[in-house]
Amino acid sequence: MDVLVFLIPISLFLGGVGLLGFIYTVRSGQYDDPEGDSHRILSDEWDDHPRP
Amino acid sequence: MTAEFRPPSAAACQGCLAAPVGPVEDAPKDARIALSLPGVHCQVCITTVEHALSDLPGVHSARVNLTLKRALIEADPEVRAADLIPVLEGVGYEAHELDSGALQATQTDRAGRDLLMRLAVAGFASMNVMLLSVSVWSGATDATRDMFHWISAAITLPAIAFAAKPFFVNAWSALRVGRLNMDVPIVLAIVLALVTSLWETSLSGEHAYFDAALTLTFFLLAGRYLDYRTRAVARSAAEELSALEVPRALRLTGDGQEEEVAVAALGIGDLIRIRPGARMPVDGEITEGRSELDRSLLTGETLPVFAEPGLAVSAGEVNLTGPLTIRATAVGKDTSLHRMADLVAIAESGRSRYTSLADSAAKLYAPGVHILAALSFLGWYLYSWDVRTALNIAAAVLIITCPCALGLAVPAVTTAASGRLFRKGMLIKHATALERLAEVDTVVFDKTGTLTAGTPELTNLQDHASTDLAVALALAEVSAHPLSVALTRAARAAGIVPAEITDVTEVPGYGTQGQWQGRLVRLGRATWVGAAQGSQTAAWLSVGEGEARPFFFSDALRPGATEAVAALQKAGAEVVLMSGDTTLAVEALARRLGISRWVAEALPQDKSARIVRLSEEGKKVLMVGDGLNDTAALAAAHVSISPASALDAARVASDIVLLGQDLAPIPEACDVARKATRRIRENFRIATVYNLIAVPLAVAGLATPLMAALAMSSSSITVSLNALRLR
Repeated sequence: MDVLVFLIPISLFLGGVGLLGFIYTVRSGQYDDPEGDSHRILSDEWDDHPRP
Repeated sequence: MTAEFRPPSAAACQGCLAAPVGPVEDAPKDARIALSLPGVHCQVCITTVEHALSDLPGVHSARVNLTLKRALIEADPEVRAADLIPVLEGVGYEAHELDSGALQATQTDRAGRDLLMRLAVAGFASMNVMLLSVSVWSGATDATRDMFHWISAAITLPAIAFAAKPFFVNAWSALRVGRLNMDVPIVLAIVLALVTSLWETSLSGEHAYFDAALTLTFFLLAGRYLDYRTRAVARSAAEELSALEVPRALRLTGDGQEEEVAVAALGIGDLIRIRPGARMPVDGEITEGRSELDRSLLTGETLPVFAEPGLAVSAGEVNLTGPLTIRATAVGKDTSLHRMADLVAIAESGRSRYTSLADSAAKLYAPGVHILAALSFLGWYLYSWDVRTALNIAAAVLIITCPCALGLAVPAVTTAASGRLFRKGMLIKHATALERLAEVDTVVFDKTGTLTAGTPELTNLQDHASTDLAVALALAEVSAHPLSVALTRAARAAGIVPAEITDVTEVPGYGTQGQWQGRLVRLGRATWVGAAQGSQTAAWLSVGEGEARPFFFSDALRPGATEAVAALQKAGAEVVLMSGDTTLAVEALARRLGISRWVAEALPQDKSARIVRLSEEGKKVLMVGDGLNDTAALAAAHVSISPASALDAARVASDIVLLGQDLAPIPEACDVARKATRRIRENFRIATVYNLIAVPLAVAGLATPLMAALAMSSSSITVSLNALRLR
């Protein structure tokens, strides 16, 4: 059972990374316009260079 | 309407002046303009609109939100929405200005985001703790179990402190005023579970309820979030309706120039120009011009009123034919529009007495749970003289009875039902509106603008000779008056070709006239063409010889009105027609729709008084109305519906807004509401059954954390699934 010493911190760390990622997406307003974002991905307008 | 109020083209000149003075970045804050774009639907629309807007001088950025069908524009302060709308119309999109002050989007967003964040933290933490608990339940012992418990505690305590904060705050504010609400037992259960679990863990005991406390928080937050979402959708749609009416007026300056100002900036004595088709922004007196006024939104009368200098006008009336100049006599809070608000406030005090199903369940439930937990603590303490055992069992009772399913029972059903009604074109504004709608047994309709569309329809086309019709059509075509428009439409549909008439002129307030075969022909008001004024809405035609011929009009029915009334009567509801219009018009409509009870020439006070009397007889009244004269009645009724075309004041006073033209969804809404209430009661019953099984075990001291987790999750899931059957 010694392996738990590594496994538990690792699993908590990975879960925490997921949580921080989610918090980042909420903060930056990525759920404000779900419908628009699903359409924007189809636009080829900024395919060659990023939006200035 | 916004396009008519295009400001004088001062923007270009201000731009020239601003150029040499200092850096542009330090200029006053950028204007934020919000436009409603009902037509956008795809990725090409987004790109086109954003390109068209950001190519304009002065616009810094433009972003389309497809979910809300809006565009947000950051631009120099001198850029006006009226400059942007023609550009969008040029690329093929209908656009309306939204009052960004009325939208307050950022504030509501923050509350939703906050709740979502807490939900995510609770979900993340409960999954981790649940994994640790599963290994405990499947046989971890001694040091391993203690370690798992300590790790669980380390995750749970900060997670609960953050995620359950809304419950703590609500419970505290209820306790402070000496009341109990749903949140008090929740907080007590969470806190007691944490305390006993920590105590047990420190004594390396077997049972810890960390996972239960977190799952409980998670499920309850899910309920809160659903509830919030439903209300936020309704609120943003309602805000959008009122934001579409940007209050502007044309004020005349000293040298006779028109300037566009906000209605709030108007003062008593200001001269205001009212164009045909515009609404009076304030109360006042006509100083110049002749026209006709449509007062139907205020009084329910369909007959236009002749307007000439000296006539007093009230805010909300619509100017029909000629431009008018009025001198303001009352502005802002003193206008008759706002005085109506007092009547509404009095009427509303009656409604606030309604207790929602959730509240009445909480009233029964909260004390019951506390008494049960306290009794089992006392019983076990007296039996074993062991505080630890007694506290453990009391915590188990609280956790198992905790209103997880109860917290989800109402929001899940309301979300499903509101979603279904929203797709049918109904906006549920008030949280308990569905429950109240389910109890309705009497439906009161307003006439003008509600059962009727407010647009006249020609009724006696076949009574006229075709030469008369040709002359009338030629005269009617040049006017934008509603009666002329209706006459033109009916004559065109009958295949009439307009006669050749020269020198056609519109005389505002009277009608149109012209020369036909060397004779003066006129179409207009009875007195102007030399006929007697009747009681029916009519336009009169004089062709220079013989008597004037009347064209009669009746108000066109709204689509779905006949079906809605028939369906409601079939469902057993009593339908009443109540209007401020003349007896003749109301009686005719009542007969046409098969309504046996009707009231005509009712003043606003009469309407609300009658509704109060009906309620005193024990009836649950649904009021459907749109006018200012209905506002008090809308607020006095048990539940109320108004169409989206109603005045802002009427929409605010009503619980449900009908978004489309069609009235047919009303009976269906009653049906859905009844089903929703049945589901809510079913959900309460399901939750009670789970409690009846689990509580005896908990009181007997046989409950384990595994049982608590199973009971809680399965009852929450059954309740949510039951609610989803409504969709």
